[in-house]
Amino acid sequence: MSLLEIKNLTVAFDTSVGLFKAVDGIDIAVDAREVLAIVGESGSGKSVAMLATMGLLPSTATVTADVMKFEGLDLLSMSAAEKRKIIGKDIAMIFQEPIASLNPCFTVGFQIGEVLEKHLGLSGRAARQRAIELLELVGIRDAADKLRAFPHQMSGGQCQRVMIAMAISCNPKLLIADEPTTALDVTIQKQILDLLVRLQAETGMGLIMITHDMGVVAETADRVIVQYKGRKMEEADVLSLFENPQSNYTRALLSALPENAVGDRLPTVSDILFEPVPGAR
Amino acid sequence: MTTPVLEVRDLKRDYVSSGGLFRPAKVVHAVKGVNFSLEKGRTLAVVGESGCGKSTLARMITLIDPPTSGEILIDGIPASAAHVTKELRQKVQIVFQNPYGSLNPRQKVGDVLAEPLLLNTDMSAADRRDKAMAMLLKVGLREEHHNRYPHMFSGGQRQRIAIARALMLNPSFLVLDEPVSALDLSVQAQILNLLKDLQDEFGLTYVFISHDLSVVRYIADEVMVMYFGDVVEHGGREALFANPQHDYTRTLFAATPNADVESIRARIARKKAAA
Repeated sequence: MSLLEIKNLTVAFDTSVGLFKAVDGIDIAVDAREVLAIVGESGSGKSVAMLATMGLLPSTATVTADVMKFEGLDLLSMSAAEKRKIIGKDIAMIFQEPIASLNPCFTVGFQIGEVLEKHLGLSGRAARQRAIELLELVGIRDAADKLRAFPHQMSGGQCQRVMIAMAISCNPKLLIADEPTTALDVTIQKQILDLLVRLQAETGMGLIMITHDMGVVAETADRVIVQYKGRKMEEADVLSLFENPQSNYTRALLSALPENAVGDRLPTVSDILFEPVPGAR
Repeated sequence: MTTPVLEVRDLKRDYVSSGGLFRPAKVVHAVKGVNFSLEKGRTLAVVGESGCGKSTLARMITLIDPPTSGEILIDGIPASAAHVTKELRQKVQIVFQNPYGSLNPRQKVGDVLAEPLLLNTDMSAADRRDKAMAMLLKVGLREEHHNRYPHMFSGGQRQRIAIARALMLNPSFLVLDEPVSALDLSVQAQILNLLKDLQDEFGLTYVFISHDLSVVRYIADEVMVMYFGDVVEHGGREALFANPQHDYTRTLFAATPNADVESIRARIARKKAAA
């Protein structure tokens, strides 16, 4: 049984010009101990699909799916109260902008403590102790001091570590990382990716990496889903995707990598996709 | 020898944070003495992580911020940010990282493009308009885009507008501060191609600031690596990528994600061995 199983997921937004389908019939399955990467450019619906799973979309969104199960529990028919017990605890998410996704008005320690109290019932000294442990686990030095720091007093990389600490605080079974390193430098990116992969290996959780960076995919993923305009273009294990991409779109994406430049010009996606992709709108 | 388009001698910039009652003022040396010269038609890439001073350097050579000490020569003329003449302003232009923040949301694209001409030249309104139209086509947009507002464009299109605006005054050199790091891979390729085409057509000189080594390798002729305000390495692209000398350059190379099949195979093998 898959850890997370989604079949035929469709997310439509009600806009002034009618219904817009951001995600159009996508199947996603992740096993425990697996790193799945979802790749696509902005507007491909990769984040929306995961936000729909987490139940974080605004009320203008209509989410339908044939199956949406987490550890065999049906997320679709579940009440909001039941869902809250799972979301944030067993399924956790890390967002793209680390500085923007922490609350600027509260210290880091308070924000980690809040998660521990809500989901694990820890408070006071026990919560503080656990928060220090978590910060040390994600590689923040002087963890006890940093508990008193506000987000603006830390660098982007440190904030992202705090976000990761919060996300793994309840030992989630599934961690969804939405562009976790896009705002960061390469050297920091490397540290964060290594941290995520190490935590994943140690805890055996499932990890979904949402990214547009083929380099990140190559460095972390076991299996890859390529998405374009709300549809799945290709699904393959990471090696066969890079060695022998099946869909035109994947081929176009890979050839747009600057390191794959042939001669003086970079082939762009539109050069290769002059014919419409079958299956895409 | 021809005069270099841009020459920088021992450029320094300190930032002083104001002290408190019991706290002495703190000086941050953002750029600690940078020297280089750049010939016409070449691309110099400045690489380094955030906080290494590369954007401070960019702001100094575009005459936005004054340097603490040191000299900037543009086409052999000493330049100072304190009084920038119209003539000098036409020689230097910049494209910023975030195309969502660098365009005025209340200004139509046509006006965005014509404004540099209005401020720095005596062209008539009709001439300004014609030139803006011509530039729109040049950067791959269409004439009907002239009357639209920035929010109607995608990130890649906005970056084209920003590049067009920078080119309106026929500058001698263009500073590109992370011009593609906010863009998708496929759009990034289009913008990089556009930059190369424009360079070939107008003989432009670029100072290209980036932290992405794969982009730098593609576009640069020379590479300068900065680390905590110092230039730790400066050389031709081929030499630097083939044989990095400084430890920090090597760290940077090692941290860059590798998308070739061999390294994926090696990673999977490592993972299997660990499991």
